[in-house]
Amino acid sequence: MSRIQKTLAALKADSRQALIPFITAGDPRPGITVELMHALVKGGSDVIELGVPFSDPMADGPVIQRASERALAHDVSLRDVLGMVAEFRKTDAETPVVLMGYANPVEAMGYETFAQAAVAAGVDGVLTVDLPPEEAEDCAATFKRHGIDPIFLLAPTTPVSRIQAVERLASGYVYYVSLKGVTGAATLDVASVAAKLAELQSYLSVPVGVGFGIRDPESARAVAAVADAVVIGSRLVQEVEAGEAGLAARLTEFLASVRAAMDTARR
Amino acid sequence: MNDKLRYNQPDARGHFGQHGGIYVAETLMSALDELRVEYEKAINDPAFMAEYRYELAHYVGRPSPVYHAKRWSELLGGAQIYLKREDLNHTGAHKVNNTIGQALLARRMGKKRVIAETGAGQHGVASATVAARYGLECVVYMGAEDVARQSPNVYRMKLLGATVVPVTSGSKTLKDAMNEAMRDWVTNVDSTYYIIGTCAGPHPYPTLVRDFQCVIGEEAKVQMQDMIGRQPDAVIACVGGGSNAIGIFHPYVEVPGVRLIGVEAGGHGVETGQHAAPLTTNAKIGVLHGQRSYLMQDANGQIVETHSVSAGLDYPGVGPEHSHLKDIGRAEYVAINDDEALKAFHDLCRYEGIIPALESSHALAHAAKIAPTMSKDQVLLVNLSGRGDKDIPTIAKLDGIQL
Repeated sequence: MSRIQKTLAALKADSRQALIPFITAGDPRPGITVELMHALVKGGSDVIELGVPFSDPMADGPVIQRASERALAHDVSLRDVLGMVAEFRKTDAETPVVLMGYANPVEAMGYETFAQAAVAAGVDGVLTVDLPPEEAEDCAATFKRHGIDPIFLLAPTTPVSRIQAVERLASGYVYYVSLKGVTGAATLDVASVAAKLAELQSYLSVPVGVGFGIRDPESARAVAAVADAVVIGSRLVQEVEAGEAGLAARLTEFLASVRAAMDTARR
Repeated sequence: MNDKLRYNQPDARGHFGQHGGIYVAETLMSALDELRVEYEKAINDPAFMAEYRYELAHYVGRPSPVYHAKRWSELLGGAQIYLKREDLNHTGAHKVNNTIGQALLARRMGKKRVIAETGAGQHGVASATVAARYGLECVVYMGAEDVARQSPNVYRMKLLGATVVPVTSGSKTLKDAMNEAMRDWVTNVDSTYYIIGTCAGPHPYPTLVRDFQCVIGEEAKVQMQDMIGRQPDAVIACVGGGSNAIGIFHPYVEVPGVRLIGVEAGGHGVETGQHAAPLTTNAKIGVLHGQRSYLMQDANGQIVETHSVSAGLDYPGVGPEHSHLKDIGRAEYVAINDDEALKAFHDLCRYEGIIPALESSHALAHAAKIAPTMSKDQVLLVNLSGRGDKDIPTIAKLDGIQL
């Protein structure tokens, strides 16, 4: 069992849902990322999604685009991100870390080389936004061989045949994109999410996390009532964008309020 | 005799050899699947194809002529240069061949809103034109840098009723406009048809754009036979994403003895790194904008900023079919620098009375480079993909003239 699988299974046994925050590695500067990761854990996070900066983040809204630009201004590379994870692992052997990004930086390193380096650094899962299951067979196999969970996206537009294609390749969890749009969009419709999740869960054996449009304790609680995990990204990146003063404490405090709200949603 | 090349690309999932494919976020996968299915139905529907051909004949003005640039050929003192006059199409470039096809497809699919990305503005104008023609709402994404250097086209799009959105992220050029169009599409996928302007992007776009542009090469084959009784020794076209080139190359792929030469933007010179020539410089293969293909990138897989005097060639990637034609050795790819393209631009103005687009001037410059090394009975066919009216402010500025 992978670190992700163990973490999510333990939460499920306790009738709780996972809180999965996202920040972009190297934003606003490389030196602060590990400290922020620990702050996320302190706030009650169960899994960390760490964004790998990319020059052309097509699936992201302006907030996460700017985070990528700030990190790239410091030339933060995929190898640098792996270095940050390795540093984090020195003092946290428990919290799973998922890298989230686009295919090209991984392609450039090579899937095998990347998988070896990622495992050595302590990475647990990889979500490549622009690598749908049709093009991901080889890379998913490579990741699994190294014990990395390949995380896939599902969307409101995903038909049953594709849910089954994802089920064949996915492990760890799948990430349900709650709305048609880019990250940071503000129109979460909990009722339609709940309806689609019921359909997804009838085909999937892995837990389902929901992201896009979750920005406060209230929306997190609503999603936690129907999903296995709640992903929060743009809202946290906005906190980073607001400045470094007291940043770690602000992230911890915000996530603690989300955690508390989610735990009242216990099923 | 069986020296005919057999060519049957792409495969069912849009792969041209090791290139192409579908690399997009999940939300768009079903839209692309719907497009693929509808496109296959449309091209097998005689009524659809008849309307497409009718529009090309009566709205665009096809067939575009082939013109023997006799005076320029004589001055160069070698091979005879023939020009396929896509600049004479309605809207002034080859782009409209594709936008008509895709707008008819959008209408067939019940989409009321179309979006497009544009570099030089030619595809934006061609999209705005057909949107007006078929009564569709049109939004065009254009890099802020290109908005500044192609101002006549920006105004043309507005006159045609389109909304032009300047894109200020990244390098503020074509690739960033494409990112923004993708973001719009993912948000409005139910109501919106995305008209991609070049033979790039996720499957089925590279195939669909190629098929709509192949009218260029199909006409040229008939016209060359009529004019000189044979096919040219080489066909030359500029390559940014590569739609005009694939349109004239593809019908020639299985014709032996015809060299296919794609001309990329050498910018300040490929040795300076400031260019847009991924094929010429053997860039690494990468994934961007929904496809795998040769791609200009740094050692960490970040896409690098490109440079070309011509906005339409200022793109770090290239359509997957060109990458495949390079791999199998059927087409060759070279680069022409800004200054060489500008000289060809001026020469065609002065010796033939034709103002070519800066993009097409790259193809002209390569013809001018190799013609003198060839004999007078050899023939080069250059795809004059667009007219240069839109470039007049750029040229004037380079010449130090205030208009």
